[in-house]
Amino acid sequence: MRTEAAELVFDEATKVYPGRESAAVDHLSLTVPAGEICVLVGPSGGGKTTALKLVNRLIPLTSGDIRIDGTSILEQDVVELRRSIGYVIQQVGLFPHMTVEGNIGTVPRLYRRPRSWIKARSAELLELVGLDPSYAKRFPAQLSGGERQRVGLARALAANPPLMLMDEPFGAIDPIVRARLQDEFLRLQKEIRKTVVFVTHDVDEAIKVGDRIAILREGGRLAQYDTPQQILEHPADEFVAEFVGRDRALKALALRTLGELELSPATEDGLPRLPADTSLRDALALLVAERRNALLVIGADGAPLGVATREDLLA
Amino acid sequence: MLASLFVDAFRFIPDNAGLLLNKTAELAELAFTALGIAILIALPLGLWLGHRHRGLFVALAVSSAGRALPSIAIIGFFVAILGVGFWNNAVALVVLGIPPILTNTFFAVEGVDPDAVEAARGMGLTEEQILTRVELPLGLPLILAGLRIAAVFVIATATIAGIAGGGGLGEIIANQAAYGLPGVLAAALCVSAVALLTAAALALAQRAAFRRMAPTA
Amino acid sequence: MTGWRLADGGPVIPNFGHGSECLRDNGWLCTSWVRQHWGDILQPALVQHIELTLIAVGIGFAIAFLLALVGFRWRVFDPPLGAFTDILYTIPSIALYQLLVPVTGLTVTTIEIALVSYTLFVLYRNIVAGLRAVPPEVLESARGMGLTRRQTFLRVELPLAAPAILAGLRVATVATISIATVAAFLIYYGLGGPIFDALGQPDIFRTELLASGGLAILLALSADALLALLQRALTPWSRLR
Repeated sequence: MRTEAAELVFDEATKVYPGRESAAVDHLSLTVPAGEICVLVGPSGGGKTTALKLVNRLIPLTSGDIRIDGTSILEQDVVELRRSIGYVIQQVGLFPHMTVEGNIGTVPRLYRRPRSWIKARSAELLELVGLDPSYAKRFPAQLSGGERQRVGLARALAANPPLMLMDEPFGAIDPIVRARLQDEFLRLQKEIRKTVVFVTHDVDEAIKVGDRIAILREGGRLAQYDTPQQILEHPADEFVAEFVGRDRALKALALRTLGELELSPATEDGLPRLPADTSLRDALALLVAERRNALLVIGADGAPLGVATREDLLA
Repeated sequence: MLASLFVDAFRFIPDNAGLLLNKTAELAELAFTALGIAILIALPLGLWLGHRHRGLFVALAVSSAGRALPSIAIIGFFVAILGVGFWNNAVALVVLGIPPILTNTFFAVEGVDPDAVEAARGMGLTEEQILTRVELPLGLPLILAGLRIAAVFVIATATIAGIAGGGGLGEIIANQAAYGLPGVLAAALCVSAVALLTAAALALAQRAAFRRMAPTA
Repeated sequence: MTGWRLADGGPVIPNFGHGSECLRDNGWLCTSWVRQHWGDILQPALVQHIELTLIAVGIGFAIAFLLALVGFRWRVFDPPLGAFTDILYTIPSIALYQLLVPVTGLTVTTIEIALVSYTLFVLYRNIVAGLRAVPPEVLESARGMGLTRRQTFLRVELPLAAPAILAGLRVATVATISIATVAAFLIYYGLGGPIFDALGQPDIFRTELLASGGLAILLALSADALLALLQRALTPWSRLR
């Protein structure tokens, strides 16, 4: 088992379903650097999920190639390939007849890991995904939707795969829990640094979790592949601009924090105070709500760092 | 040997068409009378219990007890009470036919989506209207499945009634001495045909009920 | 009215034993008779009945399981196999026994063949339905995790179908206990023996009928409860849904 993250390359990857004329994924070429999260996003019919399932060969490629750390997926044994890739889906697909620990231990058991190893690994993973170790003996039917998805994530991580595929993992979860799971997933990713391919239809989720975003349009063609910032500020064409939304300027603000601005020295008293890690979007919202023109940015220790004006935020 | 038996049986059928028709009619009369009475008792009871979400224990007990009853002992029991004839067998078959109808009807109505029932109540339907316009149509496929099980079982068991003076095809089947093995086989084929035709008719009704519920499926 | 049993016609050997008052009145349940004939009539019949049932359900399960594997793996075979078990089920047992006699004679084997063919109906349906009911997302994640087809079957599909399979086993066992009483139409064997014996008396012997019929019901209910407990023990997760 490799433990470090792997580089993933789509090379002219194409899928045409039998009996269909147009392609579901059309000559898709992109590189996901090791340890980064690549979000596949686009309207339905854009082939996001198909592209994802090409990687672990749940759907066979029609033409082109996909390489993991330089090795073509076509040259590997399909079962070994799948065991070396973490796979998380929207409906989770936990095995209802196994406990949480049994679910997490599925792939390690196939590798004949000893029971004690599995027990320890499952406890470690539960903690990693923010669940109490006492969950190990529960059955999936005894978990909430959010808890099930956490277990699904832990199960996918069990064999420490260098690559994770996640197909709308938070799609079926209510917005409040979803936001929390997204935050925890990002915190987790900072620790484990996997290469992740993440499918969603939600642009905001893509912007939030993606290091890079690949926007696919109808017919499975790549419209743009770039960082969230670049996509929001410089959409490649009308389609991308339309897809990311008319409020893309506001969304771009959400990606930057007050700490990234050049601040002017504090001169005025009584300004609203905000910590440096506040997003520009939230800061602007506060200024609008309080009808103010400037605010005082403070550091983690509470010491004032400087003043930011409305103009600074929107510059 | 088996082949020649079938040949003889198929020869028996046209040679004794009148007898077989007569006995099939007797069997059908007995089985369908019993089935009708079983429906009249079990269907309203199952609907009512299911609608009130009461009597889960009764439904489960009736279902396992119903399967546990040895048909020959039940038939014998009613011979002991009612003597030999039509009604001892009919009553025994009613007793044997009730359980599948009652349990399936109960679970059909009990399992109807509570949101649909609440919506109906919210729209001002009376309890009776909820039962007849919401729960009954939604539970119909499962109810018909219960009827099918009961029908096949009652028809097959009605032949046993033949040895308890119930007449019908069972009389031929139980009297190899008089009709020979080909006669037994011919009569058995008639029983299977009645059972399969009844089951097929109810299966068609079941499919139609399903289709009405999910037109796209 | 024809005779109760296939070989009826010979002299009826009465089972009245010492004629107590209850027996002379042909009472519904004369405990003296039950006590007196527990050892020579009821208990042996009960043991034979249990044997009949265990063998029939065991062999029936093995055959149904193989048929279900075929019907599950190759969908085209499912409708004909289902129809085949349906048709077997509609053949009246007293006819089937007689049809088998020329081949296997007046033996327990004849009874078992008939009983086995009746279990297939319930078992086949339940096993196939149970295997089919595994949710698609569970199968997808199994495949995505790199389980082979065989591993998916043994570790996911089969255990998930266990509640449905055990439920089928319950119904089949109870039904077999009930149907096996008719076997005595052919030869004196199992609890049907004393039942047919009682029916063969000029004025139905009520105590024997009720005692042996009651034993059959008790046996069926005990088997049902026992299998229900087994179901709970083997699939603790299935009650959570």
